[in-house]
Order: sequence, then C-alpha cells, then structure tokens
Amino acid sequence: MTMKVLVPVKRVVDYNVKVRVAADGSGVETQGVKMSMNPFDEIAVEEAVRLREKGAAKEVVVVTVGAQAAQDVLRTAMAMGADRAILVRTDDTLEPRAVANVLKAIATREDAGLICMGKQAIDDDMNATGQILAAKLGWPQGTFASAVTVADGRIEVAREIDGGTEVVSLTLPAVVTADLRLNEPRYASLPNIMKARKKPLETVEIDSLGVDTASRLTVVSVAEPAERKEGVKVNSAAELVEKLKTEAKVI
Amino acid sequence: MTALVLVEVENGAVRQASRSAVAAASRFGAVDAIVFGDGAQAAAALPGVTRVLSVPGLVNDLAEPAADLLAARAKDYSHIVAAASATGKNILPRLAGLLDVQPIPDVVEIKDADTFVRPIYAGNALATVRSADSIKVLTVRGSNFDPIAAEGGSAAIETVEAPASEKSVFVKVELSASDRPELESARVVISGGKGLKDAANFKLLEPIADKLNAAIGASRAAVDSGFAPNEMQVGQTGKIVAPELYIAVGLSGAIQHLAGMKDSRVIVAINTDPEAPIFKVADYGIVGDLFEVLPTLEKAL
Repeated sequence: MTMKVLVPVKRVVDYNVKVRVAADGSGVETQGVKMSMNPFDEIAVEEAVRLREKGAAKEVVVVTVGAQAAQDVLRTAMAMGADRAILVRTDDTLEPRAVANVLKAIATREDAGLICMGKQAIDDDMNATGQILAAKLGWPQGTFASAVTVADGRIEVAREIDGGTEVVSLTLPAVVTADLRLNEPRYASLPNIMKARKKPLETVEIDSLGVDTASRLTVVSVAEPAERKEGVKVNSAAELVEKLKTEAKVI
Repeated sequence: MTALVLVEVENGAVRQASRSAVAAASRFGAVDAIVFGDGAQAAAALPGVTRVLSVPGLVNDLAEPAADLLAARAKDYSHIVAAASATGKNILPRLAGLLDVQPIPDVVEIKDADTFVRPIYAGNALATVRSADSIKVLTVRGSNFDPIAAEGGSAAIETVEAPASEKSVFVKVELSASDRPELESARVVISGGKGLKDAANFKLLEPIADKLNAAIGASRAAVDSGFAPNEMQVGQTGKIVAPELYIAVGLSGAIQHLAGMKDSRVIVAINTDPEAPIFKVADYGIVGDLFEVLPTLEKAL
C-alpha cells in the first residue's frame, strides 16, 4: 500500500481551560492560557498512525495552519507516530473556508490518498473544514467517523448520526472526520517525544501557496452567555417533587 | 429574499428541529423546502412554506449528491438553512464548499439577514458575526427557535431528479429502536453519567423516564464507558437540548456537557459530590447516593 495520509491538526485552548471573554468584547483571552492539540485531531492522528501500522498506509503527514508556536502540536503528533510535519505559517486567524483552501493546496502537492482530521475544533466549534475541503477537492466525505476500514481502493466509514450509526463506502481519495469514539489516542512516550524532535518539520509561508485566505465573516462582538443562578439543595426526593410541582410548575 | 430549508422527515413527520429551522428561515422572507427521499407531503403541510422541492430518488441523505443538488439550486436563494442535526452538519458545510462561501453553523439568534449569533468554546462565549457572502449557508439550533406548526400549509410540490453518487455509497444504517420521545424535542430529559457505574444500572433511569414521558440522555463519560450508545450523548459534540425539565443523575457537569443542556428551563442534579459543577447550574440539587435517591424519586412521582 502506497497511500499517504494527511492529517490536519489545530492548536487550540486546552479543553480543561475555562475561557474568559476579553473585556473589549473582541474575542476570548488567549494570553498565557494553556494550548494543546484539538482533542478530535489527536483521534485523527491516532487513526492515521494505526492505518500505517496495519499496512493500509505508507506515510502519515501532519499539517497545521498557524503561528510559529503551532509547531508544538506538530511535534506532539510526530511523537504519537506521524512521520513528518508541515507548518503553513500565518499570524492571521483563518476561517474554515480559508483553511480548506490552504489544505487543498497541500493535499494536492503531497498527492494525499486520504485526509483524516478532527470533526470540529473546540475553539470555534465550526465543524466545517473537513466538509468544505472534501467539496473543494471533489472527494467523498465520511464525517463523524466511529470506525474506518480501508480495503480494495475504498474506505468504509461508520458514522455517528442522530438516530444511531450509518455505514458508507467511499472511493479513495476521501476525507474522513473523526468523532469521539473512533479510537483512544495513545500517550506519547518520552523516547518517542525525543525521537519526534528529529523528524522533519517543513515551514511553508502561507503567501507562497497563492490561495484565497480572506475572511467572509466579521466578528461584531463576543459576549459572555447569561449566567444561570445557582439554585437550592433539597433534602429528599419527596421535597424535590413537591418543588417541581408547586414552585417550578414543571411537572 | 427567499430561503431554502433542508427539511428532514422521519416516519412521515417533519422533525421538530426542521420545523424550528423553517421558523428561523421565515425571518428572511419566503421559504421553500427541499426534502430528500419520501416526505414531501409532510413538508408541504408546514405553514409558511411556498414550494417543496421533492427529491424522492435521494435516499439516505448522502452528502455528495445532496450538496451537488443544493448547489445547482442555490442561485435562486439568499439563505440556505438546515437544522444543526447530524444531517445538516454533514451536508451544509459541503454545500458551502461547493459555493465557496463560509458556512455559519449552530446559529442561536438571527440579528438581521446578514448577522447571526453562534456559540463558540462550548457555549462559554457567544460570537455575533456578519457574513459578507451573497448566499448565506447556515444551520440553526432547534432549541433556540420555536418550531412552526406541523399542519396548516399547502405548498406546491415540484419533483426533482436526484444526481448520481458514484464516489459515495450507502451500506447500512443501525437505528436504535425506542418508544421514547426524541432527545431534542422531549419536554423532559433525564441523563445519566459515570455515577451509574455500568450499563445495567443505566436502566434505573427508565422507570422515571416512563413516568415523566422523558427522553434519556447520557454524558460523554457514560457513552465512552459503554453505558449508553453514542446517539444518547448530550453535550458540545453530541445533542443540544433545552427541555422544560432536565434531570442530571450521577454526572459531574463537565464544560462540554453543560454546553449541551444549560439552556434547559429547570435543571435538577443528583450527585454524591456537593462540589460537582453540575450544581452550579442546577435549580434544585440533591446531594446523595443516586442508588438510594432514584427509587424514592420514582415513588414520589
């Protein structure tokens, strides 16, 4: 099998951090906040590495679009087993449409046979880049994947849908977006973290790709959601039912 | 301006989330609906829908032919709208890719024809965004828009040929059979977390759900541990619910779970740990062992 798997990853505010909205309403505070690889992207890296370990893929290439600091998540991905990395450098915050334009250029240059990526980033919660990218490449898509099998030039994807699970069979090349249950990502061991430092990391200036990275959305404001008031503790189920009936009038 | 709404029909009835999407889209002007597979009649009965594009040949909601078809029709519309369901989230961003526009997912409020509010960071912030695209592609959260009625309209139905799908083939679907209401439209939801300890104990929620005609949900931890199937997950990446009453049993209230239920009108939490974050959003809390509380709650109802 000679298939190359491209895994786009994103550096985001760590999922354990409770974000705060900036006082001027322009966004959320990211200064001095712990950053990590988007959790869904870790699952995508793990799946790509497993495909290579099973012999279904030849090489796993990770790519990110971001500032110099985004190298962190590329090193993490390589410590998990990715073979090499590409940083498409920009200091701007790009929308999914723009990121898809960049990824299309990279996928074409790399002649990727499969793109495996997280279904959504936990910062902007867009859940869109994979689908946009698939459309722009003219490739089929297997979104919200909970299982994948590669065989005979096709990929079978089990997808999490509202009522249960659906299975689709796609021709390759294809885009797969990972859901939570696809796998449990491995921890990078210390020797592998050391090894990852020596793996190749190429930096590409975003302008050199010549793609449209303009934003179509203007952020007018970012605000805190309305806080819920903390309620009361009750002592028994009977008291709870009483309050639900007479006070909240909900049952 | 006319909006086109992707309407999902299940067992002959329009899904509540789609009726909310029609309600949202009617803010922009006239509304056409598009229905994949059978179900055009149900969509034609929605009040406020002018015309239904019926695509009986497109079954199973495959994203590739669906997006191709929507893209071919897009020039007639100012907005293309769907519920923020698994189907909407699969198809609409792909359509946006074909149209080269930036989709606007999970809209919770419409300010005007160009300006929308959507949650970011698991609902810990609300972003107001203005779109410069000539065709707006958006998914809307059902819990934030009151659904239109299911009956009362009489739209014209136009049958449309389905495009071929060569690159993507439907293999099978496994739907969980349940007599309970849908999570997203249930008046009452009772959800279990890791505190239930195993899949067998998850059934302890059922008698209470029966009494309240409630849907049953689960935390991510409970789904990851195999206590409940994925379609029951409530949270940032699962179902977003906003019932009249939400009962959280043995779940701590992780940020990503709260993102899926904190707009519920009344929240009840049952947990042994008085410091659990779920109590911060609960109107009524019981600190106690769920294995003792649940049977007494069932009796008290």
